[in-house]
Amino acid sequence: MKLIINGKETDFSDGLTVGELLVEQKVKMPEMVSVELNGQILRRAQFESTALEDNDKVEFLYFMGGGSGIN
Amino acid sequence: MELTEQQIQRYSRHIILEQVGGTGQEKLLSSKVLIVGAGGLGAPAALYLAAAGVGTIGIIDADKVDLTNLQRQIIHHTGDVGVEKVASAEAKMRAINPDVKVKTYHQRAKADNIREVIRGYDFVIDGTDNFPAKFLVNDACYFEKIAFSHAGILRFDGQLITVLPGQTTCYRCIFHAPPPADAVPSCSQAGVLGVLAGVVGSLQATEAIKYLLGIGDLLTGTLLTYNALTMEFRKVRLKRNPECRLCGENPQITELKDEEQIVCDLKDCKR
Ligand SMILES: [Zn+2]
Repeated sequence: MKLIINGKETDFSDGLTVGELLVEQKVKMPEMVSVELNGQILRRAQFESTALEDNDKVEFLYFMGGGSGIN
Repeated sequence: MELTEQQIQRYSRHIILEQVGGTGQEKLLSSKVLIVGAGGLGAPAALYLAAAGVGTIGIIDADKVDLTNLQRQIIHHTGDVGVEKVASAEAKMRAINPDVKVKTYHQRAKADNIREVIRGYDFVIDGTDNFPAKFLVNDACYFEKIAFSHAGILRFDGQLITVLPGQTTCYRCIFHAPPPADAVPSCSQAGVLGVLAGVVGSLQATEAIKYLLGIGDLLTGTLLTYNALTMEFRKVRLKRNPECRLCGENPQITELKDEEQIVCDLKDCKR
């Protein structure tokens, strides 16, 4: 199936869940990511149970600090 | 408010713009913006807002200028190391534009003081460096109903969104709560391209000016992301989250609280 991840089309095997996609995309720290699926922000608890479908639009949104300290 | 001859000259490149004009410039001169954090994002925002003639600029920060700040916090100069950041920022803003009234708050933004600090300002710029503070600014602006610009930067990436509390997608709609402290990249792993702070902080100042003038399209319900390596800007549309703990249908956050998280300080992490 085809997924559009952060605006880029990529092919994946069918039936992938959001949680599995995070692993496949080598997201090192899933705690630092919020996921929007087809315009809806997912709860963290939904990651493992949400199966993706062909043409789904997924946005990985990353926590970013800034300014003066840790970054 | 009547513009003086001096002011007409100083702001001529604004006044000549159809969307600004003399009326717009007068509006800016009577506007108030608060900048939370005199760091990487706050520095360019403060400089441009002062130059633009925003009449009152408040700036809150508890830190002193450190040598490691100078790579990106362009409002602070080499001679300012050791000086309170708000005092250093105030001096530069006054030097750029004596029209501007600068209010400094040499304190950490906390749940028990931030509402009083932001009250009365027309717009807030979140230039904070840690996640609890970002949630605090979001929540305080929600309770005080003040529009604000949120931004974050990391390594070569930056992002920002403008929030009209109660009307458009807030920070908590997207990120529910601060990440666990052990997930936050450690000081030695993280870094940031200095100029990135300039790009993103300047974009925040742009949003403030547009909001004050009532012109253009704000980044509301839209996260603008930027990557300095690919030079790609993307707008990600983000709807309000009905499950948002702050501005959703069943809000669980009904008063301001400090979110707990360990924030490491770059100084302590030098090995
Ligand atoms: Zn919200």
